[in-house]
Amino acid sequence: MTRRSIYKFRLYVADDTMNSAQATANLHALCKSHLSGRHEIEIVDVFKEPQRAILEGIRMTPTLLRLAPLPIRRIVGTLMDTQRVLETLGLDTKVV
Amino acid sequence: MNHSRTIPREGNRVKLDHLSLPAALRKAPSGITGFDEITGGGLPRGRTTLLLGGPGSGKTVFALQYLINGARTYGEPGIFVAFEETSERIMANAESFDWKLAQLRKKKLLMIDAQPNFDLVQTGDFDLCGMLAGLGLQATQMKARRIVFDALDIVLAMLPDLSARRREIYRLHEWLVNRGMTCIFTLKASADNANSITQQPYGFMQFMVDCSVILNHSVVAGVSQRNMRVQKYRGSSFDENESPFVIGDGGFDVAIVRTLGRADVKVTNERVTSGVKRLDTMLGGGYYRAACVLITGFPGTAKTTLSGAFAEAACRRGERTLFVSFDSDGSEVIRNLASVGIKLDRYLKSGLLRMVSARTIVGSAEMSLVRIKAIASAHRARCLVIDPVSALSNSGTELAAHGVGQRLIDWSKADRITLVCTSLLNEIAEHSETDTPLHISTLSDTWIHLSYVVQAGERNRGMSIIKSRGTAHSNQVRELILSNAGVTLADIFTAGGEVLMGTMRWQKESAERVADEVAEVAGKVKLVTLDAQQAELEVRLKAVQTELLAKQLEKTLLARTTASRKAVILHGSVRMRELRGGDAPKHK
Repeated sequence: MTRRSIYKFRLYVADDTMNSAQATANLHALCKSHLSGRHEIEIVDVFKEPQRAILEGIRMTPTLLRLAPLPIRRIVGTLMDTQRVLETLGLDTKVV
Repeated sequence: MNHSRTIPREGNRVKLDHLSLPAALRKAPSGITGFDEITGGGLPRGRTTLLLGGPGSGKTVFALQYLINGARTYGEPGIFVAFEETSERIMANAESFDWKLAQLRKKKLLMIDAQPNFDLVQTGDFDLCGMLAGLGLQATQMKARRIVFDALDIVLAMLPDLSARRREIYRLHEWLVNRGMTCIFTLKASADNANSITQQPYGFMQFMVDCSVILNHSVVAGVSQRNMRVQKYRGSSFDENESPFVIGDGGFDVAIVRTLGRADVKVTNERVTSGVKRLDTMLGGGYYRAACVLITGFPGTAKTTLSGAFAEAACRRGERTLFVSFDSDGSEVIRNLASVGIKLDRYLKSGLLRMVSARTIVGSAEMSLVRIKAIASAHRARCLVIDPVSALSNSGTELAAHGVGQRLIDWSKADRITLVCTSLLNEIAEHSETDTPLHISTLSDTWIHLSYVVQAGERNRGMSIIKSRGTAHSNQVRELILSNAGVTLADIFTAGGEVLMGTMRWQKESAERVADEVAEVAGKVKLVTLDAQQAELEVRLKAVQTELLAKQLEKTLLARTTASRKAVILHGSVRMRELRGGDAPKHK
């Protein structure tokens, strides 16, 4: 992967539950600090679009999908452990 | 409660429990044999039920069957959320039951795979809203009324702490209650302490749900024993005892001692023959239809033969009959019975009779009973022979076997099947005549006891009727005779207060026959002699009478001559005097 690659995220949330709100905030903060200017975030509310949750097999919320670059990665939870999230997303500082 | 409530009565007096009407509406029938009776109608409608059990206790089978019955019988589509096994595997396993799942899928039964991905990266707290959102849509689309969450513990184990688990369970619960779906959660409980579940991590669930059912699978004396117990049921009465159950071809079959609120079986005065004419006479006409007849005896006392005679008689009447033999193969039984003139093979060929060798039935007594019931109803049997029923007690505990005996009789009476059971008595056992292994003797209507009577160096088969409810019956001990002409009872011969049997009876019989002949001849001789004497006397009587007549004539003659002579003499002397003219006549 190159430094220039665009990161596409989709975050499945449930209404305005606490977990979902935290995850949303954490994702935005993380993108700002590590992927400034090269990320896209789509927020999907499972209650508003349950069909998409079914198709994607979303059981737990919040669930973060990294759609690009491939392969698709999934992280469940509030994304509070930044280091772990970065490792999973391939944004480990060493790699960067 | 609503005692004053008026229930519309139709023509015949229909008795309705005052609770039964609303309760029927409040409950979602599971369609599982026995369970609906235990709970008085099924699961609490629109509420949640917790199904607890150890590994292999049948949680998934129960839950799946509940959905299938709902979809097929009660028009309530259902969703099965599989957290542990994949839906493919569950469906494959379900193929072993006769549920014909394929035709139900998609429209009325939705299987959802929800196995967590254990490679899933997880940071921080999460909840189950994603699943609920999806389920909500699917439930609305298919109008689902029932839902099962199978192995809920799997998903709960992923939640980081107890408070999160509790929160998610309550979220789920609230979601279900709002949607008014009738739900089953299945949850693992360690096999041995299902009762102390409250101490287990998800114990709070037992307080949350409206109904809690514990499945137990244990091994007692080397025999698998399954039990079900309803632990709680809000707002409803239920059978609180453990009920044995088996998982058979049709799925769950819960054994219940007595159907709650079941009307008494209509009794009948109809008699059916025992197959032995003289036994019928002793019983005042035969067995009652739908009665339970117990034939006890030591090995070799012709228990099978007597029950075979009953089976043959039933077939001759054209009644479908099932003969369950625990001791030998069906063909052996038929051959052996043919030697005493009981010919069953033709009925076997015509399909009236079904022979089942129960040696092929393995498992607990409960299992055997379920099999027998299934075969009997498939055969539409009106008469049933179980030979011997004591074999049921060979596996499992005595208590379990007792329950089985009771249920066997309850079932046969309810289905109006005339049941003849033989029961082996252990010669060594203390209880001899007084008890049978299944305690069935107290429950049976007619109890015939066969024994060996040892007399004058011989063993002969004695038969007596120990009891026969509702029928007059002979108190006589009779000798049972088996010959190639059939089974019968010998005439009664008593001597010195003993009923004679075997050769002693035969001796007595022949002695009496000889004595009869002698007496008859002697009688004839006497008659002839008397005839002769009578004839002789009659002849003598005639002679004497004739003599008497002669004498009488002689006497008459004599009298007459005497009189005339006197007259002549008198007349002569007067005349003479006149002639002489000597004297004047006197008195002139």
